[in-house]
Amino acid sequence: MAFLELDNLTKSFGTHNAVDGLTLSVEKGEFVALLGPSGCGKTTTLQMIAGFVEPTSGAIRLAGKDLLAIKPAKRGLGIVFQSYALFPHMTVAENVGFGLEMQGVAAAERKTRVAETLELVGLGAFASRFPRQMSGGQQQRVALARALVIRPQVLLLDEPLSNLDAKLREGMQIELRQIQRTVGTTTILVTHDQAEAMALSDRIVVMNQGRAEQIGPPHEAYERPATPFVANFLGKTNLVDGASVRPERISFAVSGLAGTVRTRIFQGNHWLYQVDTASGLVTVIRQNSGEAMPGEGDAVHLAWEGRA
Amino acid sequence: MKAAPYLLCVPALVLFAGVVIVPLAMTVLLSFHDWGQYKGIEPVFILKNWQEVLGDSYFHEMFARTFRIAFFVTLLAAMFGAPEAYILNRMRSPWRGIFLLVILGPLLISVVARTLGWALLFGGNSGLVNKALMGMGLISAPLPFMFTETGIVVALAHVLMPYMVLAVWASLQRLDPQIENAAVALGAGPFTVLRRIVLPQVMPGILSGAVIVFALAASAFATPAIIGGRRLKVASTLAYDEFLNTLNWPLGAAVAVLLLLALVAIVWGANRLVERRYAQVFA
Repeated sequence: MAFLELDNLTKSFGTHNAVDGLTLSVEKGEFVALLGPSGCGKTTTLQMIAGFVEPTSGAIRLAGKDLLAIKPAKRGLGIVFQSYALFPHMTVAENVGFGLEMQGVAAAERKTRVAETLELVGLGAFASRFPRQMSGGQQQRVALARALVIRPQVLLLDEPLSNLDAKLREGMQIELRQIQRTVGTTTILVTHDQAEAMALSDRIVVMNQGRAEQIGPPHEAYERPATPFVANFLGKTNLVDGASVRPERISFAVSGLAGTVRTRIFQGNHWLYQVDTASGLVTVIRQNSGEAMPGEGDAVHLAWEGRA
Repeated sequence: MKAAPYLLCVPALVLFAGVVIVPLAMTVLLSFHDWGQYKGIEPVFILKNWQEVLGDSYFHEMFARTFRIAFFVTLLAAMFGAPEAYILNRMRSPWRGIFLLVILGPLLISVVARTLGWALLFGGNSGLVNKALMGMGLISAPLPFMFTETGIVVALAHVLMPYMVLAVWASLQRLDPQIENAAVALGAGPFTVLRRIVLPQVMPGILSGAVIVFALAASAFATPAIIGGRRLKVASTLAYDEFLNTLNWPLGAAVAVLLLLALVAIVWGANRLVERRYAQVFA
């Protein structure tokens, strides 16, 4: 039996179904991402697990127990909010220790566990700072430490990295994954960023209009998208003669689909081409290997595996 | 030297000097002049008025009453205004607007009219509430309201409540909407969330509201004049009486200046306290 089960979970606001019959099983220790555009129901799903939103119908079970019968304050879940929602009037140590204090953990043990967790997220030296005196990335770690210190059964991450700049985000992705592997907490990540979802999770749930379009490991969803929506949402894709082809799978060859290069954009590690063909505009991504590449206006032939 | 910016400031500065600085300076000067029943105001420099105001127990009582009333008004306004603002902040879309209007509406009505309303409800035997309560046999004599400090405190707290609500509401709006959920998820009950998370964060708002309410209550004129009348004077009605009834302008000026100085000292001190206490937490 799965550790966390969402069973036909539905949330309606008036006549609109924000979440529409979502069923999902999460194994213990698994990292699952709910991925989709804004308004797809991913945040509502997270809030139903957390207990801030009541489902219209369906069930949520955690370790076989009905989670909906338990008050939000008693669920013992760790949550990292998009805005971090740190307590600005408390120091970092007080922020992290708050959950333990609520559980009635003795002061001495609280102190050790707070110190351990701050060490885990690399903020050992910042215990007496106030949130306002820290950078966005540091605040993010405090929020993570505050959620992890209570040893939650499930860790819920609501767009945790979206307030960080691109470079920092990449670093935090790696770190977040390492921390999750270390502590082994079952984790649900909500994000609209497909790269983030694919980088972090064991499985992704691609959501659209309240429904799960596809549930599976990231590379499987990328390679074999179940629907055109999934194909489009997980990176760039070309629709050539009814078949979906990823731009990086297309190469320039001596024979194949004939076309003319309309635009060529240099992006550092790769070139981005748009090629006019008889089947329409095709996007091609080629690694920058240092070789000479076709220029704008050149006649080219496109080939890819599986093309008849 | 760039003169243009300074020249552009001149009209505003002239206006400010003309309507604030000059009359204020004249009032201060006036407080050092002499006055007699038959000789009127004499433009000399004496300390008689200040000695009287600072030395006479009659004035001590008056100022003590003024600040006692202001203190209790502030307390009452904070006790009711802060929860009121919190409830208002949690209301949903149409209701929030409606109740904000209900709270701010009284500001559109003259203080005199609002205070007279209290007088109509509680004034002596014929006050509506007193009449009703006596008619029901709940009380045998009318509740004392007119010419009591309690009456002034209640009426002033009602008049000044919107300022407290607005100040607290402003600080509530800076609150992260997820912060209460964050505390709940960590296992905090509703009361703990209020006491440990919400209250400390709106404390600067409550304190700035308290400063406004205190200053306005201590310098209020219309409400103490109507409810307290001649029998129960406060600093502002005292100054008024010295100016317009006794015609002892210099003494009235001394009372007014002392009230101003005391208020500035209290407000400044309170501000310093708030800034020092919360500087680290709230930029």
